[in-house]
Amino acid sequence: MPGSRLIGTRIRAQRLSRGLRQADLARAVQVSPSYLNLIEHNRRNAGAELVSAIARALDVAPDTLLDGRESETIEAARAAAAAAAASAADLERIEEFIGRFPGWADVLSATQARIEELEATIVALSDRMAHDPFLPEALHEILSAVTAVQSTAVILADDEALPPEWSRKFHANLLADSGRLADGADALVSYLDASAARETGLAAPQEELEAWLERQGYHIAAAEDPAPPDLDALVQGRIELASDAARSLARAWIARAHADAQALPLAPFTAAVAEFGIAPDLLAARFDAPLDRVLRRLASLPPDPERPALGLVLCDGSGTLTLRRPIDGFALPRFGGGCPLWPLYQALRAPLRPIRAELVTTARIAHRFTAFAVAAPRGPARFDAPEVIEAAMLLTPAAAAPATPAATEVGPSCRICAAAGCPARREPSILSGAGAKP
Amino acid sequence: MGKRVLVIEDEANISEAIRYILSKDGWEVDTHADGADAAARVSAAPPDLLILDVMLPGRSGYDILDALRAAEATRALPVLMLTAKGQTADRERAARHGATRFMTKPFANADLVAAARAMMAPT
Repeated sequence: MPGSRLIGTRIRAQRLSRGLRQADLARAVQVSPSYLNLIEHNRRNAGAELVSAIARALDVAPDTLLDGRESETIEAARAAAAAAAASAADLERIEEFIGRFPGWADVLSATQARIEELEATIVALSDRMAHDPFLPEALHEILSAVTAVQSTAVILADDEALPPEWSRKFHANLLADSGRLADGADALVSYLDASAARETGLAAPQEELEAWLERQGYHIAAAEDPAPPDLDALVQGRIELASDAARSLARAWIARAHADAQALPLAPFTAAVAEFGIAPDLLAARFDAPLDRVLRRLASLPPDPERPALGLVLCDGSGTLTLRRPIDGFALPRFGGGCPLWPLYQALRAPLRPIRAELVTTARIAHRFTAFAVAAPRGPARFDAPEVIEAAMLLTPAAAAPATPAATEVGPSCRICAAAGCPARREPSILSGAGAKP
Repeated sequence: MGKRVLVIEDEANISEAIRYILSKDGWEVDTHADGADAAARVSAAPPDLLILDVMLPGRSGYDILDALRAAEATRALPVLMLTAKGQTADRERAARHGATRFMTKPFANADLVAAARAMMAPT
């Protein structure tokens, strides 16, 4: 069933396990990288022919990608039941329902998938409208320029007795404002024109950086070389890094990755990870390295199917997310802050204190994670300088680390979290749920 | 000597155009670009009319207006607010914060002069 909901996840896992880039696989099966990106994130269905082509390109049997159909149907039915607050007795009979009415179960599964897809679209659009800082800024800039142009032009046109020095001044102002107006209009048109690119997530410099990092599995091979990397050469001509701002972020990230890699060399570090597992404190002690560096390094190692999946979130002192390496099952907001209950923010409140927490997500299908978080000052210590703090949170599926019984319920962000009665809620959710109000 | 108007507007070319337009109409015009110290500047020497932009660096026009309305000396100062947004919500917000009158950008020069004159007319 090509429409199966998690085919994309399996394609992605198979591709990454082969160290194959998204663009390369896309080229091999003759689709655009952005379309493959949507498929891999289960936002588009792949047709039967395309699934077969991808399976051939990945050198796996198509069934490998299609496996788990039944469990997906069960999962979708559970999600639909949870959304409708079905009784426990009904939940226990899901498998019986699927067995007796496979056709209807498929309909339910497809409907549930469609609901989730539409909710994701609503979330993205709503976040864009609520938090996108570009549009109001761009419109303000254009209206200001129009105001100056209009007032100045009227003065020049109507005032026949305008003194020459004022005339020269206003002509110069007019020239400057018309240029500014053209630039502003240009920027706005480019922004609106980029809707296709935005669909792949490339809306802001940070998203461009993350797309670029994702393409290389969040590992920068050049950072492993002891010689300082040629930052400009590494960021020039990269299709994901379309803006100057994104290239600037990428240069800073490479420089940081290089410092991290030199302090925690690949071979001994990966050997220690194999020995200790995802245990950042033990790794920090082994290499006498700050914990935040260990968290970043863990999330920047070359892809290895033997290692547990890892996600990384960084935020600055304001709580603004500055880097998001996603991990399946833990939704990260595209704009604005995350869930106030994330250990990331606890760490921010107590710099240099390591925090480990077990988390369970509030999504319909709950996932459990172990989170390691720490906040640390950025840059060298200086007297009389503002304190600049950054917090880091590494996420790994709970099974990958020793679990503790108590788990904190966390969401992605209040706006897209339907948890009822959460004391930390700062705004109502746009998702369904009676308890979504603060 | 004409009435004194203070224009708090961070866009230099808009300020300059307003200065010319109102000077020609007989006003004595001062300009100020920064929001952070704008309230102090007004309080130090309250003008007859204040033209106040909403989006200013340092402090928003709404905050400045709140500060002015809270002070005895500037409680009744006529304030013409300028904004680049011009939506109903902004108009209502300006009124709530105590603006005497509201004008959206872009504005016609003649309308600005007429509004300034009207705000000085005895009621």
